[in-house]
Amino acid sequence: MSIDWTEYSTGNFYDELIAEDCSPREPATRLVNYLGSLSTAEINKRKEMAESTIQEMGVSFTVYTEEGNIDRAWPFDIIPRTISASHWEKTAKGLKQRLKALNMFINDLYHDQEIIKDGVIPAEIVLKSKNFRPECVGVTPPHGVWANICGTDLVRDLDGQFYVLEDNLRVPSGVSYMIENREITKRVLPELFSKDSILPVNNYPAHLFDMLASLSPRDISQPEIVVLTPGIFNSAYFEHAFLAQQMGAELVEGSDLVVEDDDCVYMKTISGLEQVDVIYRRIDDEFLDPETFREDSMLGVPGLMRAWKAGNVALANAPGAGVADDKVVYAYVPDIIRYYLQEEPLLPNVETFLCSDPEQRQYVLENLDKLVVKPANESGGYGMLVGPHSTKKEQEQFATLISKNPRNYIAQPTLSLSTAPTLCGSTPEPRHLDLRPFILQGKNLFVTTGGLTRVAMKKGSLVVNSSQGGGSKDTWIVEEKR
Amino acid sequence: MLSKVAERMYWFSRYIERAENTARMVGVYDNLLFDLPRSINISWFNLVVINSSEDVFNARYTVKDEKNVVKLLLADSTNPNSMSSSLLMARENVRTSRDVLPLPLWELINELCMYVSEHIRDGINRTNRHGFLDNVIKGCQQINGLLADNMSKDAAWQFIRLGRNLERADMASRILDAGITAQLSSSDVEQDLDPSQIIWGNVLRSCDGAMNYRRTMRATVEGTRVCQFLLHDKHFPRSITFCADQIAAAVDLLPACEIEELAKLKTLLAGEPGELDESFSDYLNDLQLSFANLHMQFGQCWFALDR
Repeated sequence: MSIDWTEYSTGNFYDELIAEDCSPREPATRLVNYLGSLSTAEINKRKEMAESTIQEMGVSFTVYTEEGNIDRAWPFDIIPRTISASHWEKTAKGLKQRLKALNMFINDLYHDQEIIKDGVIPAEIVLKSKNFRPECVGVTPPHGVWANICGTDLVRDLDGQFYVLEDNLRVPSGVSYMIENREITKRVLPELFSKDSILPVNNYPAHLFDMLASLSPRDISQPEIVVLTPGIFNSAYFEHAFLAQQMGAELVEGSDLVVEDDDCVYMKTISGLEQVDVIYRRIDDEFLDPETFREDSMLGVPGLMRAWKAGNVALANAPGAGVADDKVVYAYVPDIIRYYLQEEPLLPNVETFLCSDPEQRQYVLENLDKLVVKPANESGGYGMLVGPHSTKKEQEQFATLISKNPRNYIAQPTLSLSTAPTLCGSTPEPRHLDLRPFILQGKNLFVTTGGLTRVAMKKGSLVVNSSQGGGSKDTWIVEEKR
Repeated sequence: MLSKVAERMYWFSRYIERAENTARMVGVYDNLLFDLPRSINISWFNLVVINSSEDVFNARYTVKDEKNVVKLLLADSTNPNSMSSSLLMARENVRTSRDVLPLPLWELINELCMYVSEHIRDGINRTNRHGFLDNVIKGCQQINGLLADNMSKDAAWQFIRLGRNLERADMASRILDAGITAQLSSSDVEQDLDPSQIIWGNVLRSCDGAMNYRRTMRATVEGTRVCQFLLHDKHFPRSITFCADQIAAAVDLLPACEIEELAKLKTLLAGEPGELDESFSDYLNDLQLSFANLHMQFGQCWFALDR
């Protein structure tokens, strides 16, 4: 017995690997044929190999309980998702364009607010966002760039086109899993790497390092770069440690850092205090500095904002960058690109209705059963209404929520998220997925080769968040044969 | 290097060393008690005494038999010094310091912890105990080998050296102490078989030093010589003098700091142990106090930077 692809039904969705006539799409040809050549027993063996590799590599989420820590193994499907290199090249251009414009937008907001004066975006949209930080007005971070690391979620609709679902400009996570997924796949399907031209993903930490170094306020050959983590209890701690290790940077917690009277940041070392130049912080704005933001924060460093404003330390991402990952701002991104770059957006947005606009709100309220309603400032897939899957009662609850606080909600049509074959037992079944590439901007711009593919493991589910039972796949950017 | 990371390196190596020593000692006892006459007063409970775990033992168990002792030493999660606890603590320290350690170390320690948790019953029951303990010791040695070959010999390495050698020296002094105690309590019993050979052979094996002893001392196993060897041998990696030299060398390579206790330890080690009686026990006690002071001074010097 082996996989019979003619039994695989893509349904009414765009499948990443298999076309409607059950033949493999071009970049997936070798992969699909190879998987078809493996016996069921062999498929199961590879699956087990992946599981034990994940355990050995210690790729995990950590859940801490009263009884001690539980390491939940990283949920992983062994069938990679493929994208052709030429298609990716275009997508990458669009991602760079988007981040460049977003950074110009953030910089403008904290300075002259030209875009508001020119009437492109209403003032209240921006100034009412809870991620707009008045403390940051007038500051110019290195290269005028606020969001140095961005994770943009892409989805593919029925037409096979990528759409941007959201931009994560605060502390996007997942990039370490992108790299580990590749390491796992290399061990599980080694045969394919010798035949196909699959572009590597492991250059990300080097680019991250160069980008961070380009932010150093001191012009020295070896700036001190640190990764600031909230600590072992954070679910992304694995990633913080991974990136620090890959970059050869120190992994620090707030308690390892101190801001002295000279407004410089130092870390406590075995030979005393050493100055820190760049902090890749994986702590939310509110917890960064108890002197400026939440007084009760035990995670941050008192005086950090002072040091940052004085230009003595670089923070990536800069505080306040989150103002542009508000879902209401999202609706304006195409206009933002046109305004700052005088270019047409290369990557389309998903159609978005703003509940703050009376006309659009009316449409949303009348079509709650068809739309996806999202709060403007939540991440992780929380607090959403998925219209077609909701009850009348839930719809009524959301109608009340929207009427009470229209600024806080947006709505989008239900997308036909693309699928890819995912092993259920030893048979592939279509499961919905998305893609999160990571974009870096310091002195230069960089986009990962592909990104992190997240997949909804439950049949028909559209929720891919790993905090809610989603899994992941390796993402292959495959060069075409010439 | 961050103070916190330095401290984790130090503890990581102490825990690995502790796990390996515990596995070895259980293995040695396992082997020894097969061919020992009943009249000789060496019981499994000695292992609990060597590890200063009497309180933990008494809180958990009443019968001082093999099963309970082995459980406490290898598997008990409420015993912070058990082999399993030590390995888990070592893993925790690696997990939080992966940025300064060689990449494959994380996989090795994961594999070892998984192996132990999956096969712990093999350690408690006699049938497969030998193979199980052997694998744990190999796992620890693999980790030390990886570090020796792959790790940059920077400050992080020096802290690993400090931790390993202090733990090792401390363990050697405890094993010697157990030897003296056994010797003293067995000498007043009339018997045909000289227990001294068995006791001191056991002491040597617990320090993995039987072969080295024979080659270096070129003599039969005998109490005074064994003590001499484990205290003063310049070349044997588990002798207390060797460990003390390693500690002094590591301290020299770390940012300048006064570790006053080092001089005291040197003076102590320069003294000749006399008869193998209570006074020798007192001498070992002084050594252990010196190790405790070293530990404290390391902490004050490099780990605590509260200003």
